[in-house]
Amino acid sequence: METLAQTLGPEAWQAVRLSLKVAFWATLAALPFGVAVAYLLARVRFPGRGLLNGLVHLPLILPPVVTGYLLLLGFGRQGPLGSALYELFGITLAFRWTGAALAAAIMAFPLLVRAIRLALEAVDPGLEAAAATLGASSLRVFLTVTLPLILPGVIAGAVLSFAKAMGEFGATITFVANIPGETQTLPSAIYAFLQVPGGEDAAMTLVLISIAIAMGALALSEVLARRAARRVAGR
Amino acid sequence: MTLSVAIRKRLGDFALDMGFEAPGGVTVLFGRSGSGKTSVVNAVAGLMRPDAGRIALDGEVLFDGAAGRSVPVHRRRLGYVFQDSRLFPHLDIRQNLLYGRRARGLAGPGEMDRIVALLGLEGLLGRRPGALSGGEAQRVAIGRALLSEPRMLLMDEPLASLDAPRKAEILPYLEKLRAGTGLPILYVSHNLSEVARLATHLVVLDRGRVMKAGPAEALLSDPDLVPVMGLREAGAVLPARVAGHGADGLTELAVSGGTLWLPRIAAEPGTRLRVRILAQDVMIATERPTQISALNILPATVTALRPGEGPGMIAQLSIGQDTILARVTRRSADRLGLIEGRACFAVMKSVAVAPADVGQGLRV
Repeated sequence: METLAQTLGPEAWQAVRLSLKVAFWATLAALPFGVAVAYLLARVRFPGRGLLNGLVHLPLILPPVVTGYLLLLGFGRQGPLGSALYELFGITLAFRWTGAALAAAIMAFPLLVRAIRLALEAVDPGLEAAAATLGASSLRVFLTVTLPLILPGVIAGAVLSFAKAMGEFGATITFVANIPGETQTLPSAIYAFLQVPGGEDAAMTLVLISIAIAMGALALSEVLARRAARRVAGR
Repeated sequence: MTLSVAIRKRLGDFALDMGFEAPGGVTVLFGRSGSGKTSVVNAVAGLMRPDAGRIALDGEVLFDGAAGRSVPVHRRRLGYVFQDSRLFPHLDIRQNLLYGRRARGLAGPGEMDRIVALLGLEGLLGRRPGALSGGEAQRVAIGRALLSEPRMLLMDEPLASLDAPRKAEILPYLEKLRAGTGLPILYVSHNLSEVARLATHLVVLDRGRVMKAGPAEALLSDPDLVPVMGLREAGAVLPARVAGHGADGLTELAVSGGTLWLPRIAAEPGTRLRVRILAQDVMIATERPTQISALNILPATVTALRPGEGPGMIAQLSIGQDTILARVTRRSADRLGLIEGRACFAVMKSVAVAPADVGQGLRV
């Protein structure tokens, strides 16, 4: 770690650490919402289901700059949500690392929901019915049957979200700018290094780190997906 | 313990509109596929909500359409064994068995040891559901339902997905259950051999309605139900008692109307059995045949005659206190001059009775 930090230089090392922090909190905060939304989409028939589905997938299709700008409009100090958060809790998101985490969470959300929803759809509703006949309430059925069966899918979704959050650039830079130590994440740092003469080496190191993180996340999610298949087969 | 059901439900083009009572013992809902059997069991379990009607267990209302009352599935305390065993794949067999006890907040393992022994699950406890055969998984599913201490057991064609040897493996366990626990069972089946083995009470369903309901022995020997049962499948059950074993490999059974000789049955003398005699395996003679290979010739009286749509007809014969069915051609009936009340002899080949059609008696 020390040597890596020395090789990278303080600014790049800071970006890597900040990115890990942002991605970690983005993923953790998005998880409960991801499970809830995936459950709604996979299991509940309600009016507006199509709308919710579209809304969740919107960040995947919109230009990230647009998402970032919408976040700025909504969560900026003057925005309706941003001003409410500030007045009620004293929380500011715009131009803070917490804002970067929010942007990353929203951009990663479609991937998270998709992975959990696929896992949910693979669970036989008959198992949940069987648990209910054995005396388990809906909450108990979810906690003791549904959740354990989709857990590998949830983890796989979280790993993908984490990787996506690590790499988020467009929405982040639009919403929280590129402030070293506060909002300069790994991709923002690469971008910044490329803007100054002689920054190519530092940028290349960060590029390699990005590739390593992305590959690691994909491999991990693959392993977890296989485990999920084994688990549902009950061997 | 009595379950009373009276429900209505529209399911697309299909309308369920039926009522019946299930007293203790094994009540079998019998009918062709699409007759609404599974829907009824799901309504009793609470997995399907009827449009109207009432379901009550010993006076306790489980569903009342008029009052808008429906007890949720997990509070009904009914064990459900599904056609597919539905074991939880992420739990081992022991955890599967104890799932209902935890969910219902029941203390300790309850009758775990007795139920494990009853269903022969001793070697399976540490295994995972994926490592079990279909028959083993179904036995575990039965044990899991029993251990949740239900007031009644619902079984939806629990043997339908199993091949004949696996079925033969589980049927004796179900007979033991009927004899040993006194737990009322509502059992869905479209297999008459199973019905003949297990049913104490029978409810015959046809296109969402109850066609006939009553004690199993009476309904199985009812000539009017033969078209529903199927000509080749129709057959009555005779209560019998093992009288002894012959040196030539035959077993002597005492029935109310005399003696039956069947291929060897592994049971102690005195054991009560139930023997299913298919209508098509019974011949009728008006004089006692002497030079004939069939070993079982019992004096009988014709109690009913029903012409079929084809050249055949169904005769109901009373033998002692019991009743069986015989399928003969109309030509034979005419030639013999069969009429209701006529004395005759029922002739049955010993080897015609399949081992699967000999089951444990209702009173052990």
